[in-house]
Amino acid sequence: MSAAILGWSLLLAQIFLALAMAIAAWRIMRGPRAQDRVLAMDALYVNGMLLLLVLGIGTGRTLYFEISLAIGLLGFVATVALAKFLMRGEVIE
Amino acid sequence: MNNLAALPAWAALITAFLVLLGAGLALIGNIGLIRFASFYERVHAPTLGATLGMLSILAASIVCFSALQTRPVVHEILIGVFVTVTTPVTLMLLVQATLYRDRLEEKDPLEKRAAGDTAA
Amino acid sequence: MRRLLPYPPISLLLLVMWLILNQSVSPGQVLIGGICALLGPLVLTRLDVPQLTIRKPWAILRLLGRMAVDIVRSNKNVARLILKPKLERRAGFVAIPLAIRSPYGHAALACILTATPGTAWVSLDPADGTLIIHVLDLYDEDDWGAIVKTRYEELLMEIFE
Repeated sequence: MSAAILGWSLLLAQIFLALAMAIAAWRIMRGPRAQDRVLAMDALYVNGMLLLLVLGIGTGRTLYFEISLAIGLLGFVATVALAKFLMRGEVIE
Repeated sequence: MNNLAALPAWAALITAFLVLLGAGLALIGNIGLIRFASFYERVHAPTLGATLGMLSILAASIVCFSALQTRPVVHEILIGVFVTVTTPVTLMLLVQATLYRDRLEEKDPLEKRAAGDTAA
Repeated sequence: MRRLLPYPPISLLLLVMWLILNQSVSPGQVLIGGICALLGPLVLTRLDVPQLTIRKPWAILRLLGRMAVDIVRSNKNVARLILKPKLERRAGFVAIPLAIRSPYGHAALACILTATPGTAWVSLDPADGTLIIHVLDLYDEDDWGAIVKTRYEELLMEIFE
């Protein structure tokens, strides 16, 4: 019984997170300005990271944790570089 | 999902609740990304998923894996620390970049505040 | 000693992080982690990081407790604000004169304010210490300044100054 509840709630959580990623993707396409797109991309990768964590709970594999850690770090660097680019027009001064 | 059948009932229920809470918060945050009209309002929206949303999903994973005893439960703390330390940096830089770009176009939101319009 | 280990807390953090990442305390991993912990902080000496002094380590726990309460509460408030059928636009900027001068205090305050949804750090004037934040649900401008000053600034000054 409890395993069934957990299975369904994991499925529902995955649907929620996929929807959240779709919304972020819509904001990336819609804009209206570059900073809105970068912000939406930041939200997109955070949600992707959470989705991988939920998948990791569902399957019980450690692999997903390493992937989500890597996504978290790479997403941080990407967003910082893009924000820097918006401010100065170059990433490394 | 065969490995989850071995989970005790209390752990399964706690995990289910925390996972749903976290995913729900992340979804609400991204709905805010659509609904808010200006960039400065939208900055607040994704932090829902990046703070409490992330923490509750990490807590769910800690509960689940320590009940199953398949591996030590320290990975999650590391992700939590990384994300809590990095999110403020990205958001601050983005807000600074936006402020800079707005000023370049001579639409300084801070001057509007002085003029009495707080809806920026 | 100072040449070998310029920042002992950071070396310790690096070692602990390495061991957590590899999930073992076998001698080999401790050795590699130790090498990382020795070499990593050498990069920082090039950056000329200001010296960190912590006056009251136990006050950090109180700070974390307050942060946890505020994060939960503001998550609830912002979620309710987003889900309201009709959006009220009450967002705005607030200027707060800060008394705290320690750069680590500023950094900690920035993390706290950004980590609680509903407030975002906009800019800080380093000359006179005027902080500008953006607040999503602005009901009273003076109120927000008082919240930041009494809840966090005093505690941060106790810790860092």
